[in-house]
Amino acid sequence: MSARKLFTHELEELLDAFLFASPSHRSIERLAAMLEALPRRQQEFVLRVARGAAKTNTELAYLIATLAPGMLERFSEKDFEAWVIQGLDVFDKQGLRPAIETLRDVDAFLAAREGRLPAKFAEVEPRLSRFVLGLSGRPLALKAGSHPWTDTETIYLPERISRFANAEDNRRAYQGLAVQLWAQTRYGTFDVDLEAALSRWPEREQALTWLEHLEAVRLEACVARDLPGLGALLAELREPWPQMLHPALAELQAQGADVRVSLDWLARLMAAGAVPPAPTFIARLEPGIAWRVRNERIARDTETLRKALGALKGAAGKREAGGHEFTAAMNTATGELEVHIDGQAVQLPEAARAAAASLLQDLGQVPPEALAPAGDAPWTPDDRPKEGAPEMVNSREPDHRYDEWDFHRNAYRRGWCHVYVTDVKPGDGAFVRATRQRYAHFIAQLKRRFEALRGEDRMLGRQSEGEEIDLDALIEAVNDRKSGAEPSPRLFCRRVRNERSLAALFMIDMSGSTKGWVNDAEREALVMLCEALEKLGDAYAIYGFSGWTRTRCDIYCIKNFADPYDDTVRARIDGIEAKDYTRMGVAIRHLTCLLAAQPARHKLLVTLSDGRPDDFGDEYRGTYGIEDTRRALQEAREQGIRSYCITIDRQGADYLKHMMGPAAYTVLDDVKKLPLKIADIYRKLTN
Amino acid sequence: MNHRQLRTITPELERVGAEPHYQPVGDEVALFEAAAQKRLPVLLKGPTGCGKTRFVEYMAWKLGRPLVTVACHDDLTTADLVGRYLIVGDETVWLDGPLTAAVRAGAICYLDEIVEARKDTTVVIHPLADSRRALAVDKRGELIPAPPEFMLVISYNPGYQSVLKEIKPSTRQRFVALEFDYPAAELEARIVAVEGGVDEETAKKLVKLGQLTRNLKGAGLDEGASTRLLVHAAQLIDAGMAAAVAARAAVARALTDDPDMTQTLDDLVRAVF
Repeated sequence: MSARKLFTHELEELLDAFLFASPSHRSIERLAAMLEALPRRQQEFVLRVARGAAKTNTELAYLIATLAPGMLERFSEKDFEAWVIQGLDVFDKQGLRPAIETLRDVDAFLAAREGRLPAKFAEVEPRLSRFVLGLSGRPLALKAGSHPWTDTETIYLPERISRFANAEDNRRAYQGLAVQLWAQTRYGTFDVDLEAALSRWPEREQALTWLEHLEAVRLEACVARDLPGLGALLAELREPWPQMLHPALAELQAQGADVRVSLDWLARLMAAGAVPPAPTFIARLEPGIAWRVRNERIARDTETLRKALGALKGAAGKREAGGHEFTAAMNTATGELEVHIDGQAVQLPEAARAAAASLLQDLGQVPPEALAPAGDAPWTPDDRPKEGAPEMVNSREPDHRYDEWDFHRNAYRRGWCHVYVTDVKPGDGAFVRATRQRYAHFIAQLKRRFEALRGEDRMLGRQSEGEEIDLDALIEAVNDRKSGAEPSPRLFCRRVRNERSLAALFMIDMSGSTKGWVNDAEREALVMLCEALEKLGDAYAIYGFSGWTRTRCDIYCIKNFADPYDDTVRARIDGIEAKDYTRMGVAIRHLTCLLAAQPARHKLLVTLSDGRPDDFGDEYRGTYGIEDTRRALQEAREQGIRSYCITIDRQGADYLKHMMGPAAYTVLDDVKKLPLKIADIYRKLTN
Repeated sequence: MNHRQLRTITPELERVGAEPHYQPVGDEVALFEAAAQKRLPVLLKGPTGCGKTRFVEYMAWKLGRPLVTVACHDDLTTADLVGRYLIVGDETVWLDGPLTAAVRAGAICYLDEIVEARKDTTVVIHPLADSRRALAVDKRGELIPAPPEFMLVISYNPGYQSVLKEIKPSTRQRFVALEFDYPAAELEARIVAVEGGVDEETAKKLVKLGQLTRNLKGAGLDEGASTRLLVHAAQLIDAGMAAAVAARAAVARALTDDPDMTQTLDDLVRAVF
């Protein structure tokens, strides 16, 4: 074999001989150009392996040849062949797409070869989500992505990490990446338009990589100052800082260093023509997207705040005519926005306080324009209904009509929602049987706990008969006799069952979004709950709700207060299925009527839902639905009904407090927990 | 013989001796003093462990009045509060309950966690909490007018989620309400340092941990860590425990039994220490 490298045109010819049938019509010319850079020995090797692979599938052969130059930098030829064989094996067993995915996931191959155990995003996500929520007041969602980055509202993390030998270390690596990305949003990486700053250099990618390194140094120092444990974790996970960065370290790590310090050093490094090393285990930057998302949020928060202040000022105006002295200023000690009208401190709505806190995090201050009240208007962001949304018309007269609260006009729409009440079509009972079987042990435990709740007997004193003498009463009677008064004959104590006098109604979300896992979890939860409640003796009912626009709000009876928990009810639980939309306010109003009619002293409405109020068309979405639901809950409260919401909407924290009140909801981070949690939540609520 | 002529035992009430450590957060001290001056009853609202009880102790010391504290529970009867007959030898005597003793002595009577008490029990405080300012002792047919120094203080945690434990509007509307929350970070760190006997740096870290757990309220935790829990952790550290071990025991394990949430709290402890 000659040592002379094969040139592009020669490689092209050779590749064409076995790849010409590749169905994706990819450019053989580009591939040949890539392979030209390899030494002759490797060129021959790649051609041999790819030719072999082409006998199985030309598409795979093309992929293998394309990835080869990069792979040969990391793999020995032996490993390379093993990697190809693994890909072809998957093709034989599972087909083309899984084979392509297997070949692309080089890290997994390496990890498996070295006996390393990866951590997977799906497994770490629930715990990591809670952790990130703990770190940051502002909610940050977590999603799987191709590389670790954040748009400032969502953190994207790789599907799997197999950097370390054991899974626990890899889970810690996930935590480390999440912390770096949280730190980008917390310590002001996106305070300036980085994309504009990077555009100074033609070698944008090079500059971006340097910036990622510089920010990693700065953010690690910030984290270490506030959360030393996490600072240590970040230092442990990464490679030593590149030599070229050493002169910059002190300045980047100094207290108060912001992203501008990183940009200064970036300019120096680029001026020196320094080439950055490949980033190892540091969070990446997507400055363009982050800048856009941040600006949209700032505009949104500013508007929310201005409207809230406008509404407060307007409300003050209504109370008393005349001018009002209005001040709004940040209290730097508490980080809270303090609003005064005529010298009186005024409480801001929760969403407006959150907006102020969010602005403070993004800008370091609340901008003056956000403190300029927007006039006497609804304080919530505007999402007016679009005209011309289709309305569904039902031929049957509704069973009930209910008002709905329109926050735009600050008034009710009378008889607006049409309610139809139907029974759930019963299922065959198999699901309920399976659930009772699967959770038999847990159900037995629950029953015991609920029995204990009921078993809290109470001694009633001063009874005319009973099993024990009431000493207090007796002494009093003796005393009365001595003093010449008529002694009371009620001298006994009697043990009585604790009278709970409680009626609970469970309102089950049957909207389309519950289809699948959520619906299963709801049904399982109801089975557990019924089993436990039977032991407790509280009056309870279960209703589902769904619908499609205001003209078709369906209420499904699963168990009314009078129904015993029997096979009919079990079959109905079995038959609960995902239907249409979630118009929540009307369901609350209807069920409030049913609950209010109960003779119990305490009444509880528990909503089980997977998300915010929602209905077809734009009208009910967003603020309108939240405000209507909030109003419906207030009406229920006026009738002596307490409400509680159990939701599996991770993003629920941003509206639930406003909608339900501060101590009236639980957000479950994992739908699988619902069956195990619901009875416990009920127990706590009524204990 | 008249009920009132029976021998009556009234417990001696002591004044708070040394000044309790209390860091004012806002204008609560002035408000309480004003309420005391105008003889208004006071309701303290706020999460568990944020310093309500300590505040009352401090105010009792500051105003120089005896303090009677009653921890309310669901078996607390009117007799437990007002008093009962006892037989001593062959004699029937009347023993004043803590509320009656406080009224007689012109003390501050502090009913802690009032919602824990039975509803029929709490009604007894109503005439004391309005313009009548008198305690009716039905069993003795006695109406005891409260002296100007007497003050009724109750506390209530609105964060409780139980439907059965709500304060009745008729009770609530008789009180001047002071809202308590966790102190601002710097102040809370000072409290933890002084009460827990740890250095400022450790106290700051514990407060940081407290703040992180409070972010999880409503998302798996009913309540975040209270100042009291942070002080407990500090005391364990002062007693020689490693900081992370102390924080896990006094904060993470104290807040939840849920294994997943415990993991998260452990992660947060590791994040701080």
